Amino acid sequence: MNKYVQIENAQMIFETKNGKFVALKDINLLIDQGEFVSIIGHSGCGKSTLLNLVAGLIDPSGGALFCAGREIAGPGPDRAVVFQNHSLLPWLSCFDNVYLAVERVFGGKEPKANLKKRATEALELVGLGHAIHKMPHEISGGMKQRVGIARALSMQPKVLLLDEHFGALDALTRAHLQDELLRIVTSLGSTAIMVTHDVDEAVLLSDRIVMMTNGPSATIGEILDVKLPRPRDRLALAEDRDYVHLRGEVLKFLYERHKKKEAA
Amino acid sequence: MSVVSIKKNISGDEIPMPASSVKEQPMKQPQEMATTKTASEKATVQRIKAVTEFFVRRVMPSVLGVVLFLVIWALLAKQSGELPGPDKTWASAVELFSDPFYDNGPNDKGIGWNILSSLERVGIGFGLAALIGIPLGFVIGRFAFFSGMASPIISLLRPVSPLAWLPIGLLVLKEAQPAAIWVIFISSIWPMIINTAVGVTKVPQDYMNVARVLNLSEWKIFTRILFPAVLPYMMTGVRLSIGVAWLVIVAAEMLTGGMGIGFWVWDEWNNLNVEHIIIAIFIVGIVGLLLEQGLLLLAKRFEY
Ligand SMILES: Nc1ncnc2c1ncn2[C@@H]1O[C@H](COP(=O)(O)OP(=O)(O)OP(=O)(O)O)[C@@H](O)[C@H]1O
Ligand SMILES: [Mg+2]
Repeated sequence: MNKYVQIENAQMIFETKNGKFVALKDINLLIDQGEFVSIIGHSGCGKSTLLNLVAGLIDPSGGALFCAGREIAGPGPDRAVVFQNHSLLPWLSCFDNVYLAVERVFGGKEPKANLKKRATEALELVGLGHAIHKMPHEISGGMKQRVGIARALSMQPKVLLLDEHFGALDALTRAHLQDELLRIVTSLGSTAIMVTHDVDEAVLLSDRIVMMTNGPSATIGEILDVKLPRPRDRLALAEDRDYVHLRGEVLKFLYERHKKKEAA
Repeated sequence: MSVVSIKKNISGDEIPMPASSVKEQPMKQPQEMATTKTASEKATVQRIKAVTEFFVRRVMPSVLGVVLFLVIWALLAKQSGELPGPDKTWASAVELFSDPFYDNGPNDKGIGWNILSSLERVGIGFGLAALIGIPLGFVIGRFAFFSGMASPIISLLRPVSPLAWLPIGLLVLKEAQPAAIWVIFISSIWPMIINTAVGVTKVPQDYMNVARVLNLSEWKIFTRILFPAVLPYMMTGVRLSIGVAWLVIVAAEMLTGGMGIGFWVWDEWNNLNVEHIIIAIFIVGIVGLLLEQGLLLLAKRFEY
């Protein structure tokens, strides 16, 4: 079996002023190469924390994480992250933000003209060909998010980690980018882990949906296999019985079994 | 139905000159001119209002303040009899600045030369301080080890009065000129070290995460993330440092002598030329203000 990303008994405890806060515990997950997994759960349950663990931005308090058979010891460009809050560098233009990543990954291996072409193409892919030389403060929130996606995609990462990256986008742009994302991930054979709040998005894109229980001490509640044939057509699926069933399962998990506790 | 008629109405009223109706132009012109005239009249009325408001709110208080200051000064001068009033000082200033760059030997030079030589000292002392203080600030902010090493020394030395450093300078450097520069250097270096270091620690974690995911080299981290993120903090440090340097120069020159605005004040005191002392105070204030404003302008260019 080709388990590309392995998470074994991972646990995350944050030291806070009020003592220890157990954010995640007993997380076990095996992800195949090329698999598309989404993580869904209520706000604050620890989705970003889990993603940061895989990214290597934080170290687990217990357990271990592996990528391509090696223990994850820190972040690296093989695992590109699209941050929840886009994290563009405000003093660099959209192009330069992407170019910084391209240069890091492909610099030294390819001539400069190629690097520039890669950065430009990545931006054109997310529909920002016209805004290449704009500064981040000159573009909308959704556009910033798209630059963040372009930056991650331009690195052609082995693993793509996406944190609610489509949150700030309108339905049309979102649909377009979902299609593009699938196309790129498929053509690169990248493994993708995506945090989302959007049930439709999760079902449409994923091979598996990881549903998390509420925090504190959140863990994986259930994993749903999405065995819909690919390529998937969002219009045809809307009336597909399996699709509607899967969608119902996720909603049931979120809103019946793990209802978010109302302010107690 | 009604929608259509409304649309017609709107297009008739609001768009006075459809591209297709060139022939209709002359007929419409009178009406148009009337509307544009009232519009432009409105605009001028509004502009006048804005200008008067600007004067009443912003310019008037300042003018009033200056006038009040001059009046009090004149009254005080009249009372004491020894303190020259604004009129006498002004006359003396006009005379002084009519030939700012005369040169009658080493101890008698125009005011311009004195200002320039003070500025030169501040420039060298401050420049050296920036050259050492800013990189030091980056290193201290970036590496906890160096921060631990430097912080006790900085906390100890920073509050020391600038002039306390002068004897050491005279002892080690043997001459007055470099000793004055040394005093400027040592008293203006702290704000740059501290502000730069604080700026480095304030770089948002998000940006550092980008650097970590990309696994950027320390050089790339510096040029692409640290330096631009810290620049505003650094500029604040630079501005404070220039302020301190200019504050200290007068006192330092009074003690070291030679040429410069501080020495000039001392010299005029010996000659009992009080007008010149007051003029020197204004010069120091104005030059300090110009330095500050210049740097503010420069800092604005680095905002993103
Ligand atoms: N550095 C930290 N120190 C202390 N507690 C933290 C830290 N980071 C996260 N937490 C806590 O861990 C829990 C999970 O946070 P996380 O950001 O992973 O949630 P999330 O599922 O991504 O939420 P959202 O959907 O709103 O983005 C939260 O209760 C949060 O307060
Ligand atoms: Mg999150």
